[in-house]
Amino acid sequence: MVSILPLKLTDATAHMRGKKLVGPVSLTLAPTGFTMVIGPNGAGKTTLLRLMHGLQRCTGGEVVWAVPATQARDRQGFVFQSPIMMRRKVADSLAYPLRLRGMGKAAALEKVAQCAGNFGLSELLESWAPMLSGGEKQKLSLARALITEPEILFLDEPCANLDGRATREIESILRQVQARGTRLVMSTHNMGQAKRLADDVIFMLGGKVHEHAESEGFFEASSTPEAKAFINGDIVE
Amino acid sequence: MSDYSDGFWAAWKLIITLDPDLYEIIFLSLQVTISAVIIASIIGLPMGAWLAVNRFKFRRYAIAVLNALMGLPPVVVGLFVYMALSRAGPLGGFGLLFSPAAMIIAQVIIITPLIASISHQTIRDLWAEYHDLLISMNATRTQRIKALLWDGKRALLTATLAGFGRAIGEVGAIMIVGGNIEHATRVLTTAIALETGKGNFAFAMGLGLVLIVLAVMINLLIHIVGKTERASTW
Ligand SMILES: Nc1ncnc2c1ncn2[C@@H]1O[C@H](COP(=O)(O)OP(=O)(O)OP(=O)(O)O)[C@@H](O)[C@H]1O
Ligand SMILES: [Mg+2]
Repeated sequence: MVSILPLKLTDATAHMRGKKLVGPVSLTLAPTGFTMVIGPNGAGKTTLLRLMHGLQRCTGGEVVWAVPATQARDRQGFVFQSPIMMRRKVADSLAYPLRLRGMGKAAALEKVAQCAGNFGLSELLESWAPMLSGGEKQKLSLARALITEPEILFLDEPCANLDGRATREIESILRQVQARGTRLVMSTHNMGQAKRLADDVIFMLGGKVHEHAESEGFFEASSTPEAKAFINGDIVE
Repeated sequence: MSDYSDGFWAAWKLIITLDPDLYEIIFLSLQVTISAVIIASIIGLPMGAWLAVNRFKFRRYAIAVLNALMGLPPVVVGLFVYMALSRAGPLGGFGLLFSPAAMIIAQVIIITPLIASISHQTIRDLWAEYHDLLISMNATRTQRIKALLWDGKRALLTATLAGFGRAIGEVGAIMIVGGNIEHATRVLTTAIALETGKGNFAFAMGLGLVLIVLAVMINLLIHIVGKTERASTW
């Protein structure tokens, strides 16, 4: 099967009721790697991820995959900033994306059991998903996005409400996922996490990509004063 | 006063002794109303979901019309159904006037807007919650509606029960299109109207008691379903 990557954004812009949220953004996501999107609140990180994934309509420019957009959709995953829990049991929530793709019930549940094991969700399979704790919901979201084995996974601050241990768990899962060849794009406010995981960094400011650089270069010797200040934890406007 | 107490005891006697005339009427009422509720749900639930999920040009108007239809006076519905089914009407050839089928048609017209409207509100809220997830998972239109109907099933059951409550207590339209014919189209409400008119209070009250019990049971069910719905979403 032909890869859906690279993903190419050309002057991609998003408006909402006349107001510009993000753009114009031009960048290319290479077929492999871990891209970290950072920047202050309201910089447009969420909007950029939604734009790439196709949840946010392009009002200018374009977002182009290596295959037609209709084929690309099924091969992406998205983990939302606040987990969306279906009113179902955990097992049925996990099975849902598989069932959407036409997998039979028995086969889906078998895969669910296996997947739940990898994510430490085995004990919770019979629980009602909306009743889970914040961390458990986040893990379920991640498992649900990965169960279809997407080629690229977008994560919008997946560790925002998690404690250190849960964050480490998620990070180790993400490393495994990356090792299997999945392309990762994630936003975070945690600079330590960005340094630990990133291959390249997109620094957003005021709806624009202020800097897009290799991780090492970015954190050691960033070229712009705004990025330097942000890395140091200063307030950037 | 003695009219009331006499009537009350006579009514209990009819219920307890399984009076065949009384039970014939009860069964016909349930048969007509349950059929109407099933048909109206099959039409109304997906219609409400469809209106909640799809953006199209006249959506606002469609919802306004739906809400207006909810307020249709049942007597007028009865009149229209009567005209449509009468010998000279467009559907006169089926010979349905004064049959249970005619009553079912009238009830379906009365409660479908109600069921569709409650379903629309429920599904709209759930859709707001699920929108990004279902789009992200690339669910087709039909798959989205299915997921919303399934996950909103408790709230939708409430809509169905509300439809039942409205239909079982309806009298005007049923009277017109059914004709209140003994052993054929006489149901709880029309029988009460008739027996009261004849001064046959015992029988009327027996029917009334049954109707009250049914209405209370439905409201209790709505309450219970609503409660579990809230508990399970939280
Ligand atoms: N649906 C919307 N309608 C109007 N404005 C919006 C909408 N979504 C986002 N915005 C605006 O777009 C800008 C970028 O928002 P976005 O959520 O992308 O920021 P972010 O970088 O993810 O912030 P945070 O770190 O707080 O999550 C903000 O100013 C926000 O108010
Ligand atoms: Mg955000």
